[in-house]
Amino acid sequence: MNRREFIRKMAAASAITAAATMFPGIVFAEEQTRDLPEGDILWKKSPCRFCGVGCGLKIGLQNGKAVAVKGDPESPVNKGLCCVKGYHSVMALYAKDRLKKPLVRKNGKLVETSMKEALDLVASKMQETIDKHGKNAVSMYGSGQWTIPDGYVASKFMKGAIGTNNLEANARLCMASAVTGFLSSFGMDEPMGCYEDIDHADVFVLWGNNMAEMHPVLFSRMLDQRLQRKNVKIIDLATRTTRTSTAADRSILFKPQTDLAIANAICYEIINNGWVDTGFVKNHCTIKKGKTNIGYGLEDKFAFKDEAQGIDFEEFKEFLKDYKPEDVQELTGVSAKDIKYLAYLYGSPNKKVTSFWCMGMNQHTRGTWINNLVYNIHLLVGKISTPGNSPFSLTGQPSACGTVREVGTLTHKLPHGVVMNEKDRKMAAEIWKVPVENIQPKPSLHTVEMFRALDRGDVRFMWIQVTNPMVTMPKLNRYREGALKEDRFIVVSDVYPTPTTDIADVILPSAMWIEREGMYGNSERRTQHFDQLVDPYGESMSDTWQIIEVARRMGFEKQFPWTYENHIEEIWKEYSLFHKGAKHGMAPLEVLKSEAGAQWPYVNGKSTKWRFHGKYDPACSKGDTYDFYGKPDGKAWIWARPYEPAPEEPDKEYPFLLNTGRVIEHWHTGSMTRRIPVLHQAVPNAYVELHPEDAKKMGVINGGKVKLTSRRGEIELPASINERGKPVRGHVFVPFFDEGLLINELTLDAFCPISKQPDYKKCAIKVEKA
Amino acid sequence: MPVKSYLVFPHIGKKKALSDILVDMSWCEILPAENEELIVLVTDTENEKEEEKCLNSLNAIPELDHYTLVSGFEENSKKVN
Repeated sequence: MNRREFIRKMAAASAITAAATMFPGIVFAEEQTRDLPEGDILWKKSPCRFCGVGCGLKIGLQNGKAVAVKGDPESPVNKGLCCVKGYHSVMALYAKDRLKKPLVRKNGKLVETSMKEALDLVASKMQETIDKHGKNAVSMYGSGQWTIPDGYVASKFMKGAIGTNNLEANARLCMASAVTGFLSSFGMDEPMGCYEDIDHADVFVLWGNNMAEMHPVLFSRMLDQRLQRKNVKIIDLATRTTRTSTAADRSILFKPQTDLAIANAICYEIINNGWVDTGFVKNHCTIKKGKTNIGYGLEDKFAFKDEAQGIDFEEFKEFLKDYKPEDVQELTGVSAKDIKYLAYLYGSPNKKVTSFWCMGMNQHTRGTWINNLVYNIHLLVGKISTPGNSPFSLTGQPSACGTVREVGTLTHKLPHGVVMNEKDRKMAAEIWKVPVENIQPKPSLHTVEMFRALDRGDVRFMWIQVTNPMVTMPKLNRYREGALKEDRFIVVSDVYPTPTTDIADVILPSAMWIEREGMYGNSERRTQHFDQLVDPYGESMSDTWQIIEVARRMGFEKQFPWTYENHIEEIWKEYSLFHKGAKHGMAPLEVLKSEAGAQWPYVNGKSTKWRFHGKYDPACSKGDTYDFYGKPDGKAWIWARPYEPAPEEPDKEYPFLLNTGRVIEHWHTGSMTRRIPVLHQAVPNAYVELHPEDAKKMGVINGGKVKLTSRRGEIELPASINERGKPVRGHVFVPFFDEGLLINELTLDAFCPISKQPDYKKCAIKVEKA
Repeated sequence: MPVKSYLVFPHIGKKKALSDILVDMSWCEILPAENEELIVLVTDTENEKEEEKCLNSLNAIPELDHYTLVSGFEENSKKVN
C-alpha cells in the first residue's frame, strides 16, 4: 500500500468511526474486500482471533502471507459480517517489532538465544524450583486466547505430569462468575441457548453489557431483527451511557452493584403480579439460600465455601419482600416504574426474552449471585432453553469457553469435572497415563492468589502464555513488584513485547493464530478449527509445542509422545475421550475441519442448539419437556441472594467511582491492535470519561489533563467529555487497553468469594484537574 | 490537496441509486453501510479546481439528502480536520 492509499484508508476509518458513534452496530461489509492486492488470492476459513463471539472469517492468502480478511457467509455466527477488529486482524501478524527469536535475561539484559537453549533453560529452571521449593512453587498462567490444544497440554503437564494444581488462566478475570453461576444454578457450565435466540426473541435485556462495542456483530444481528420485526425491543440496563444505550429502545441507568436489588425487585414484581409459571417452577426448580456477608477476598489466603440450604416458595416470597420496587428506588437509582416495566417484559406470557451480559455482571464482588439472580427471573417465568428464551452469558475471549471452561485450565478443574472428585481424578489419570496420586485433590491458587503467592515467595516460577497480566492485574503495583523480587523466575510466551515481557527472565516467541493449527470454542458452545495457513514468524513456535518440548525435557515423553505432524489430531482424539456421551460430546476433527464449527453436545452427527429441553437436546431423559440434568434431581436451582454493597464506596477522601473496560477498536491490552495503524489511529491512547457537569466544576475541558488517585496508585489522563460514553455524575470510566496509561495501578483486587473473579468496575478514586 | 472523508445520507430508499452514481464519479471511493441508510465517501483530488468540481457534482445529485465532512488529511499525512 502506498502513502496516498494509506491516507485514504485513514480517512475512511475516521468516517467509519464517526458513523459507529451515530449508528451503533453499523457494518461496512465492503471494507473487507476493498484494497485487495492484485493476483490470485486463496481464501481459507478460520475463526476470528479476537473476541468470544467467534465470527467465521475467510483469510486471503498470497505468496505465503495473509493479505486480506472477509466475513465467512457460511458461518452461522456472523453470516458474512465482520467488525473493525476482525477485518484488520491479519495485520496483527506483521508489525515491525514482532518477537522473532527467544530472549534470555543475562546480567539484567535480554539477549537473543536459540529456541533449543531457551527451552532447555525453562525446563531446568522449572525442575530446579521443584527440587528446591516443591512442586507447588511452580505455576502456569494461561489464557482464554489459548487454543484448545494449548490448554489441554498445559493441564496434562501441570496437573497430571508435574502434579500441581497451580494452573490458571486470565479467563478467571473475565468469566469465572459466569461459570460458578451456571454451576450453582444448573450444575453444568455454559449457556443453554445459542446465537439463534437473537432471531426468535422479542425482548433483549442487556445487563451492564455494551454490546455495540464489545460484541458488535451480535449487536448488529439484534438491530437487524428489530428492523425486520417491529415488535422487537432492546433494553440497555447499565451504569453509564454508551453507544449501546443510544441504540436501545430504552436506556435505564442504575447505581453500580445494585443490579442485585433490581433483579430481586423484578422477581418480587413477577410474583406479586401472578406472572410466575407455577407448573414450571413446581416441576423443574428447587429453591435454595446460601451464606450471606461473604466478604471480598481482600486479604491474602482468603477462603470461603458456600453452603446451600433448601427453602420453600413461601420463604422465597418472604425474602423478596425487602425488594419491593418502591423500596429499592433510592438504593438502585431506578424508578419503581422502570423496574415494573422490566418485570412486565419478563413476565408477559407472549414475549420471548433473552438476557445478555458479560463483564458488568461477571467482574463483580457478588458476580456469582447476580448470575444466579438473572437465572431466577428466567426460571420463575419459565423462559429458558427454548428458542428466544435465553439467559445468555457472553464471553470475552475467543476460547474462554473452549479452552478455559471446557478443557478446564483453572486450579479446581479437570477436562472432565473437578480435582476434588475422585472419579474425575481417576478418569484423568487413566487417559493421561499417570498415577492417580499425581493429581492433587485440592484446588491450590486462583489467579489473584497466585500472583499474591508470587509476591510472598510461595510461588517462585511462573510461565505466562498468551496474556499480559502486567497490564490486566488489579492492584497492579503490588503484583509487578512481587514478580520482580529476588529468586523469582518468569517465562513469558508472546508475539510482541509487552509490560509482561518486561518482567520476564525468558521470552519465548509464539506462533500466532493461523501460523499454527488449533481450535477455539466460542460463547455458544461452538468449537471451530483452523489450519496452519502461513509459516510461523522467525523462530516462533506454537504454545502447544513449547509446552510439549519442556514437558519432554522434564522426563514426560510418555505423556507427550506425538509427532509435530500429528499432535493436534492426537490431542483432539485424546481430549474428546473426556467428553464422550450425550451431555458434552465433541464433534470429530473431520467435521470441525469441513464445517464452520460444531456445537457440543454433538450427538449422532448433530450439534445441539438448546440444552435442557427434550425437544432440542438428546441428553434429556424426560420426554418433550425440561430436564436440567446437570443437577442430580434434574431441577434448576432458584437462589435467594441478597443485595450486599461493594467493598469500596466513594467517601470524602476518594469521592468518585472508577469503572474500567474496553473500546471496540482494541483487543484487551492492545498488544496486537495498537500495532494495526488504522485501529491505533482511531483510538491512540486511553482517556477518562467524565460527566460534563463534573468536568465543568473542575474546570476541565475535553482533552485536558486529569489526575486520578486511588488508595493504590495515581495516573494522569486526557479527559473525554460527551464523546464515546458518558458516565453519571460522580463516576468516571477509563479503558484499559493502553500500556502507557495503566489504569489497573488504581483498581482494587477484591473478588467474588465464590468465583474468585475480581471486580474491575468499582473502586473509589479522587479526580483532579492536573 | 487533501484526502477527505464524508458521511453521505441518501433520501429514503435511495441508498442503492446514490451508491451507483457515486461509484462512477471521479475522485470518489465509497463504502455503503450494510445495515443503515448511510454511505462513507472518500474523495481524493489533485487540486482546488478538482475538489470544487467534485463538490459541485455531489451537490447536484437528487438522491443525496445531505452530507457531512468527517476528516481531511494533507499529503504529508497531517490530519486537518
